[in-house]
Amino acid sequence: MDMNQYMDIFIEESKEHLQNMNQILLQMENNPEDMNMLNEIFRIAHTIKGMSSTMGFQSIAHLTHEMENVLDLIRSGNMLVNEKIINILFKCFDELESYITSIEISGVEGEDTSAGLVKELAALRDGQDVVDTDLPIVKSNNAVINTNIEVNEYVHNVIHKAIQQELNPFLVKINLNSKCMLKSARAYIIINTLEKLAEIVYSNPSIEDIEDEKFDLSFELILISKADASILERELKGISEIDLYEVISLQENYYVNNTDVQMEIPDPSLEKEQIESTPASKGEEAKNKRNNKTGKTVRVDIDRLDNLMNLVSELIIIKTRLEDIDGTDRKEGQNMHEAIEYLERITTSLHDAVMKVRMVPIERVFNRFPRMVRDLSKELGKEITLFMTGEETEVDRTVIDEIGDPLIHLIRNSIDHGIEDPETREKYNKPKNGSVKLIAYPDGNSVVIEVEDDGGGINIERVKAKALERGVITLQQSQIMEDKDIVQLLFHPGFSTADKISDISGRGVGLDVVKTKIESLGGVVEVDTKHGMGSKFTIRLPLTLAIIQALLVNVGKEKYAIPLNTIKEITTIQANTVRKVQNNEVVLYRNSTLPILKLSTLLNVPTTTDEDEEYVVVIVKKADKSVGIVVDHLIGQQEIVIKSLGKYLANIKAIAGATILGNGSVALIVDTNSFF
Amino acid sequence: MNKSMGNNNQYVIFRIEKENYGIPINYVETIERVSEITRIPNSPYYLTGVINLRGEVVPVIDLRQRFQLSKINVTDESRIIILSVDEMIVGILVDSSSEVLTIESESIDQTSNLVNTFEDDYINGIGKVNERMIIIVDIYKILGVEIENN
Repeated sequence: MDMNQYMDIFIEESKEHLQNMNQILLQMENNPEDMNMLNEIFRIAHTIKGMSSTMGFQSIAHLTHEMENVLDLIRSGNMLVNEKIINILFKCFDELESYITSIEISGVEGEDTSAGLVKELAALRDGQDVVDTDLPIVKSNNAVINTNIEVNEYVHNVIHKAIQQELNPFLVKINLNSKCMLKSARAYIIINTLEKLAEIVYSNPSIEDIEDEKFDLSFELILISKADASILERELKGISEIDLYEVISLQENYYVNNTDVQMEIPDPSLEKEQIESTPASKGEEAKNKRNNKTGKTVRVDIDRLDNLMNLVSELIIIKTRLEDIDGTDRKEGQNMHEAIEYLERITTSLHDAVMKVRMVPIERVFNRFPRMVRDLSKELGKEITLFMTGEETEVDRTVIDEIGDPLIHLIRNSIDHGIEDPETREKYNKPKNGSVKLIAYPDGNSVVIEVEDDGGGINIERVKAKALERGVITLQQSQIMEDKDIVQLLFHPGFSTADKISDISGRGVGLDVVKTKIESLGGVVEVDTKHGMGSKFTIRLPLTLAIIQALLVNVGKEKYAIPLNTIKEITTIQANTVRKVQNNEVVLYRNSTLPILKLSTLLNVPTTTDEDEEYVVVIVKKADKSVGIVVDHLIGQQEIVIKSLGKYLANIKAIAGATILGNGSVALIVDTNSFF
Repeated sequence: MNKSMGNNNQYVIFRIEKENYGIPINYVETIERVSEITRIPNSPYYLTGVINLRGEVVPVIDLRQRFQLSKINVTDESRIIILSVDEMIVGILVDSSSEVLTIESESIDQTSNLVNTFEDDYINGIGKVNERMIIIVDIYKILGVEIENN
């Protein structure tokens, strides 16, 4: 029987069960006596066992079977729940989760890696005390990287030539720390550092895969360098989040490999076979993957939703068109108006309905955090409680996928560096137990997510010193900058790169990555901190990305749309009040200076406003900065559907996208952020 | 979409000035009459703008300007050929387009044996069909995307 059709259901249901199990385990840790929870876990293990054996996933079935045995003993009162059992159950949960993820990605559960766990469970059942060292040994075995790497003839030749030219070829093996958040970014830093000293001729997995984070924790590179191993090792030492690195010179080892090559060359058929077999198996794998790839959403295929969204946008276009033809005859006009009102109601509710389908509670992202906080605080010896509110707040499906990493980063920052250890906290008269608050709530047309801790706050002086040292700001700037501007420097890319995390009371490593990610979602991130009291990161994301309110304006003969949420106000300014300061035009407006830009110049439009005595100025804002933009005429406010300009026109300056107007023509959306 | 299928010898023929050009039919999605074109600021000179193609915004390249020919006004004959190249949808504005021809690969001469002119940049070869000369254009070079592809 073909099981593929049940695959989606299996994965979805397993995930749901595992999520429940995770929550129950966390609760059970606090009340180990609660039989109801135990029963619930038993039921979950049993269900997963049944489902997985039906689907033919024996490793999962085997593991859950052992879990069941142990849980049954506890249930019958023959064993008591203790911390060790809970920890093992957590491990089982992790193991099951990784199986399910592997099934989701590749359609197969992968290698049976749970032998150690099964042994532990069996030992528990038999009443033995398991030797805890069993597991670390298995792990360290895994950590030893396979030294035979297969390289193709090209790489062989390059290495060979390098040796002849008295350059040093190296094999560099890197194992990233398992807690590394942004693996690809970290790998990029490593590769970048190495590239300064050496030429990378081979990488496993390929650079593309590393960039796409399609690698586990380790990767291997072959380098050709003038420098010797100690220099490379010193560079690698300076990069954080590396668990293990090894620089092996291929100079000596190479002759061994070389004989291999010579043995292979006389038998070209063999080599050919190898070459041929790899792509074939890869192709098969890819095919397998495609077959088993599940939709991006829980229950509804996102393609259908997008299609629905397109229909709505079409409807809105028609609505606008109707508004345009508004009849001149009084009676007809009346009817027309009614029709339009009706149509407007439909489109509005249709829009809402479709958006709701696309919306997912943010719980899906949040529910992995209690476990993370638990593990982290145990590891760091801190006592931390995570408070979450507003898990039911809904955000767009695309946001859900993207927001996880930035949030993990912020929460880790709070726990790692924000909250002090218990002793320090007591010294400052704070409760021993630190708290991290994760709050989500809708606010108008956006969603706000806050990560707040009651830790030590950000040390502004140290940030300043660091910024000076890094050359992010000048000495002069540092003297006049306000505290809140200095805190913003944490998001500056110059802050992230190489330094150790603890250098600037923690904050700063990778915060620029967080910022970039959030901005790519059309959101903003802000930070607020009080020394000794804690800090708060606030993320503000737009509710939907597809339909917005915009102001349409004329520039010359062309029409442009300015997103309404960026507009602060609209005003007129006398041309003779505009002053030139260092070639920039400014005007004194409400007792503060306002830079003035002409949209016609920015967009190279021939226009006539130059002779006008009065400018129509649209004041747009970004964070707390404003800029006045001179346009020719205002047309009015309109709901517009954002259309992408497509891949071919990906990076057009000052243009964020396009929209289709009622008459079918295209108007461009101005990217006001690019003016700052 | 499958470029190895039987119609790989077929070319959509279009005209600019007096010359006939051919483009492999596999790249061609549709041929459209010219609708209102919106200029894109800060874009390459040959990009004449974007059009609304049934709800999608599609960029259009003016082939006359791409070939460094003088600009003329759009006529009744003018067409926009919508191409799909590497999942990009792009239109090219031509003087006219009305036929599809089959050109065997044997009757296409490589341009490397011909004199170099500035137009040569966009030419893949010259096909001969019944004493007519069809210039086969290189789409990637017209779009200016060949650098990213190699």
